[in-house]
Amino acid sequence: MAVAQQSDGPIGSPAEEARAHSALLRLSSRALSLILSVVLTVFGLLVVTFFIGRVVPVDPLLAVVGDRASEHVRAQAALELGLDLPLWQQFLRYLGDTLQGDFGNSVLSGQPVLDDIARFFPATLELATAATLIGVLLGVPLGVLAATRHGRWQDQLIRVVALAGYSVPVFWLGLVGLLVFYAELGWVAGPGRIDVIYEYSIEPVTGLMLVDTLLAGDHAAFVDAFWHLVLPASVLGYLSLAYITRMTRSLMLAELGQEYVIAARVKGLSERRVIWRHVLGNIMVPLITTVALSYAYLLEGAVLTETVFAWPGLGLYITQSLFSADLTAVLGATIVIGLVFIGLNLLSDLLYTLVDPRAR
Amino acid sequence: MSAVIAWLTTATPASRGQARAGRLYRGTLALLANPLAAIGLVVVAVLLLVALFAPLLAPYPPDAQDLASRLLPPSAEHPFGTDQLGRDILSRVIWGSRITLAIVALAAVTVAPIGLAVGIVAGYRGGWVDRVLMRITDVFMAFPRLVLALALVAALGPGIENAIIAIAATAWPPYARLARAETLTLRRQDFIAAARLQGASHGRILVRHLLPLTVSTILARLTLDLAGMILIAAGLGFLGLGAQPPSPEWGAMVATGREFLTDQWWVATMPGAAIFLVSLAFNLIGDGVRDVLDPRSQGR
Repeated sequence: MAVAQQSDGPIGSPAEEARAHSALLRLSSRALSLILSVVLTVFGLLVVTFFIGRVVPVDPLLAVVGDRASEHVRAQAALELGLDLPLWQQFLRYLGDTLQGDFGNSVLSGQPVLDDIARFFPATLELATAATLIGVLLGVPLGVLAATRHGRWQDQLIRVVALAGYSVPVFWLGLVGLLVFYAELGWVAGPGRIDVIYEYSIEPVTGLMLVDTLLAGDHAAFVDAFWHLVLPASVLGYLSLAYITRMTRSLMLAELGQEYVIAARVKGLSERRVIWRHVLGNIMVPLITTVALSYAYLLEGAVLTETVFAWPGLGLYITQSLFSADLTAVLGATIVIGLVFIGLNLLSDLLYTLVDPRAR
Repeated sequence: MSAVIAWLTTATPASRGQARAGRLYRGTLALLANPLAAIGLVVVAVLLLVALFAPLLAPYPPDAQDLASRLLPPSAEHPFGTDQLGRDILSRVIWGSRITLAIVALAAVTVAPIGLAVGIVAGYRGGWVDRVLMRITDVFMAFPRLVLALALVAALGPGIENAIIAIAATAWPPYARLARAETLTLRRQDFIAAARLQGASHGRILVRHLLPLTVSTILARLTLDLAGMILIAAGLGFLGLGAQPPSPEWGAMVATGREFLTDQWWVATMPGAAIFLVSLAFNLIGDGVRDVLDPRSQGR
């Protein structure tokens, strides 16, 4: 609907209506193809997880009931999974169950996998959001600085810093961070989300520790949760910073050569205004896409970061389930992460269409 | 020497091989002109030499236990210290370079053919074959790579072979897309039509005419990806899903050092630093290769 309001013709005129109509048509056909592609991708995701869960393992039952199950339990589970059916029927059943939110039960906890995930997910959300904030707040200015000092030492330095962020094994960076800032300097709190003394006094309302401690009105717990978050968020934020810095830099460089930049300078605008208002304004759209994608990639970094910091999020859930050979839980979490990934990609696609009139 | 350079830089190469060698020569020169890429090349060259001469360079055997000297700090005798079984960490890092290189090399030689096959066939056949193959490619790209690799290893069981399979299975989609894009620009060209008129089969056109022209792009793209493969391999090793102990895989070594982190920092940090250094070197080269291949993005 925003389309009709932004056109330049007088509102309500026939020409305007026709234009709005065709714009809407284009938008809806685009939306349709987007929806179709999302549906197909989700379908593909489930094909892959089904394949990994049922076809790849030698004994798919082992992953479902564990190695200490009795013959009776195994037979029961085989019947439930429909292992006696042909593969395509098994898949249809899997598809139906999964789409209804039944991801199976975790061997480890005995709970439905989806319930487990709902408990673990907020911690990852909190960590990834904090990391993205760090990445945006530092990465964009660094990228701008590198682009405006193109080829000079500041640029080279920022380039190496960003490239190092691409290259560092995140689990190692986390350990070094713990060693230096927790064990040696004592600046930040150790692994986990909050000290044991607060652990059971905080009611999990949103699952986001910072929000929950605030809701509980417990100032000391909030501060404690904050100092627990700082280090893992910084480690993960460095990955995000690396990506955002590089993208900002190359987007800025492409834009700085444009004629409108020269025009703005000739007009006598201050350099600061040219850079931060005119150029940055113009790269805002691809930058938003970049941030959305970096958020998605953080899910990957989160698996290792959470393991190092004993951060009870989706990543830790996956690795813990791996060690207890709980394939159902691993695949459930994989589906959720895949869905979030697809969702973020879709979101960045939609943002692109909404914010940039040329993409309509 | 100057004759060789003249042969390499001639404007009228006499054979396909000469033209190719000349292009490689000029590309290498351009790459070396970039100081950061040159540093990366040096580090990787050192890594190759270290891996090659590991038995000569390592002061101790990688699995020689000496319980009397466990967890010793770095010293002249043990420059990187010793681990919980008294093994010399420097020697293990040196031997570990072989594992890292092997993983990367095996993953690379698996990924490139898969990507090429899918991409060339999709681009050449077009139509529904193209659509189906590209849709599959998209699905694999819709996963975060490490997570998919984790799920695969979870199903296959831990081990270095399975880690390589998982890395290859998650890394091929961008190559398929690239090979497809290349093929799309090539397939309408006259030399393909000429080959077909001469009665060449589809298979022959794919293998003899399209494949050689797309290979170089794929190989160049591969250099950008090597660091990522090293990191995923190390991550799997760290989680205990890659190479199994007592093999001196760097990621697994970091994992064993976690226990002693606060008191014996060197056990975890030394192998981790090796991963960082090597992956940074590959990234520096990849960045340089990108500049050479795409002059528009020079220094961007």
